Amino acid sequence: MASHHPQKRLVGPLGRARGLGSAKHGLQHWWAQRVTAIALVPLTLWFVFSVSVRLVGADQTRVHDWLSRPATAILMSLFIVATFYHLALGVQVVIEDYVHREGVKLTSLLLVKGLIVLIAAAALFTVLRVAVGS
Amino acid sequence: MAEAAPPPRPRPISPFLFPPFGTYSWQITSAISILHRLSGLALGVGALMLTWWLLALLGEPSDFDAVQDFLGSIFGRILLLGWTWALFFHLSNGIRHLVWDTGHALTLPNVYRGGWMVIVLSVVLTLATWVAGYWFR
Repeated sequence: MASHHPQKRLVGPLGRARGLGSAKHGLQHWWAQRVTAIALVPLTLWFVFSVSVRLVGADQTRVHDWLSRPATAILMSLFIVATFYHLALGVQVVIEDYVHREGVKLTSLLLVKGLIVLIAAAALFTVLRVAVGS
Repeated sequence: MAEAAPPPRPRPISPFLFPPFGTYSWQITSAISILHRLSGLALGVGALMLTWWLLALLGEPSDFDAVQDFLGSIFGRILLLGWTWALFFHLSNGIRHLVWDTGHALTLPNVYRGGWMVIVLSVVLTLATWVAGYWFR
């Protein structure tokens, strides 16, 4: 009789497994990486064209005038957001691939992502400041 | 009945030795995969440079000139050339990845063909950008 009840637990196999799987955030990460990648194709081409054809050796006034145009400010803001979002996703994968100690991994992820958010905010603030006027 | 033990064979040498000492031969597939990651990280540093360039717009005109002078120096131009190639490489290979995501071009010949296309395209676009840059300066 006892052999039928090796464990006198009221928790079944499903109950024990629940909550121990992945956080189910993998698809969101994968999808966001693709969406930003697609967005960055035209945005990057526009940016490279702008800086190589229009702005080589330009002084502050000329770059300021360029960036204060609405079309430039809008595209530049999108370029900055997409770039740093894509960068954060990519760097996360690199860290997760090479750093295996949980504490070090979490610390470096928070540190690098925090740094990326800070730099992105600085870049975005500059564009808004120039575009809206100081 | 008992057979003689076979003569001991020489211990196999690890194939993972790089030429000219070993037999390991690079494949374009793994090389591009590694370069995709490295170029992505390099572009992250480039985004830092872009932010510095933008922030200098909020300073004095001389502050902006300092950034432009740095970018225009020989060292700055080498950095920009590297970033240009890294960008076009990451862009081209990123599109190759997006094509794979749709389930296309996953046969070995196509994977190799796409790899060479990425290398050629990234070099051509880099040269075109720099020719344009000097032309319209």
